[in-house]
Amino acid sequence: MMDNQSSSKPAIPVSPEKYQKLTEQYTPKPTVVKNIILAFIVGGIICSIGQIIINFFVSLGLARLEASTAATATMIFLGALLTGLGIYDEIGKFAGAGSIVPVTGFANSIVSPAMEFKREGYVMGVGAKLFTVAGPVLVYGIATSIVVGFAYYLLH
Amino acid sequence: MNLKRVGNQTVVFANPPVILSSYSVVGPKEGQGPLGKSFDKVWKDGINGEKSWEIAESRMLQEAMQGAMDQASIQKEQVDFMLAGDLLNQIISSNFAARQMALPFIGLYGACSTMALGLAVGSMLIDGGFAEKILVGVSSHHDTAERQYRLPTEQGSQRALSAQWTVTGAGSVLLSSSGVGPRITSATIGKVIDFAVKDVNNMGAAMAPAVADTILNHFQDIQLQPTDYSLIASGDLGGVGLGLACELLKQSGIDTGTNFTDCGVLIYDDTQDVHAGGSGCGCSSVVFAGDILQRIKAGELNKVMLVGSGALHSPTSALQGESIPGIGHAVVIEK
Repeated sequence: MMDNQSSSKPAIPVSPEKYQKLTEQYTPKPTVVKNIILAFIVGGIICSIGQIIINFFVSLGLARLEASTAATATMIFLGALLTGLGIYDEIGKFAGAGSIVPVTGFANSIVSPAMEFKREGYVMGVGAKLFTVAGPVLVYGIATSIVVGFAYYLLH
Repeated sequence: MNLKRVGNQTVVFANPPVILSSYSVVGPKEGQGPLGKSFDKVWKDGINGEKSWEIAESRMLQEAMQGAMDQASIQKEQVDFMLAGDLLNQIISSNFAARQMALPFIGLYGACSTMALGLAVGSMLIDGGFAEKILVGVSSHHDTAERQYRLPTEQGSQRALSAQWTVTGAGSVLLSSSGVGPRITSATIGKVIDFAVKDVNNMGAAMAPAVADTILNHFQDIQLQPTDYSLIASGDLGGVGLGLACELLKQSGIDTGTNFTDCGVLIYDDTQDVHAGGSGCGCSSVVFAGDILQRIKAGELNKVMLVGSGALHSPTSALQGESIPGIGHAVVIEK
């Protein structure tokens, strides 16, 4: 630590604890309100598009549940397409959680490593790195659904 | 025998090595920045027709080193050692550039402080009588750094306001025992300083104490003050780190005045959406090889201290909860 204060070896007279406070003071605060509003608007737009697609499939004669599944697949396709075109990361920069949380964001988190690591080959590149971003979501999402499933089974 | 060593951490060169020439190559974003005109070459895109970003970075470094030799009309055979470093695992950009250059090669890793480290080590080799001509080259690349340290480049996420943007750029400097040009008169080798910053999105804050410590020790060793320099430029502290370094120096009794700046603050402007500024070892290398050396040669700056700043962590150490050790190396360049 920085407690060596002799004149021959100068040291900064600030403790790590005090430095932590200084760092907080000098670090710009996240623009939370702006982020929340943008996430709400963009997330809302993405979900509205999803709803439009559901209604479209229903109007073509699909049952409600099947229309939802088809719409989810369509949204995943759109998320993947926009990632491939290099547009989704620009939306993400602007929208934050608004474009991460919907299923299009999940598509983005799988397609972006697939694109990124293609140069390392299809096995150890794409294959091994495909879930670097989405992996934790899958692991804990599936784990949670198992726990909830058990609870549901026991309660009913 | 310890004639050239002054104080605790500083060496003063008996025959200050000359900077014969320099060359900088940058990516499009840096070319559009406020220092765009000072760079020798601006690539149209980051990949430049290569098959991977890593190979593109290595090619960029090679172009910079070749450019520095061409500017001084020096042939490869006249160069004694090549000193190079970058940010990638096992410094592959430098290794692969060295494979093409086929020069005796010393690989360096000082994270973003590598340009200052290379200038210091190169000057020691020359003043020590071990070499006459040394080629120093340092590179970083936004996309190679992103995929190694952070997320896939097409991942849609928001960067923290304290985060910095890794510069795509390579800078090279040709040092010589004789000739005409600015001279490297002294160097202060930094200690690793860790003030327990763990936020990898706030690297400026992690490096600021190391930079402040090196500057403090430099002044103590050499018995000078900030006013004796026309410019003191840290490597890539960015806006957050620069403010913190000034604050730490103030609390240590050193008034940095108005001639203290940071290469990471200079390289981009506010409209470029880089948040806290530039980073990566390409940052200080291209700003030094471009803007700073040009201003020294034009007589605008007489005596400059470049303090390269490096964050010596890895993605593994960060995930394991270790704090980020920082380092700062200073070199003094005089007209």
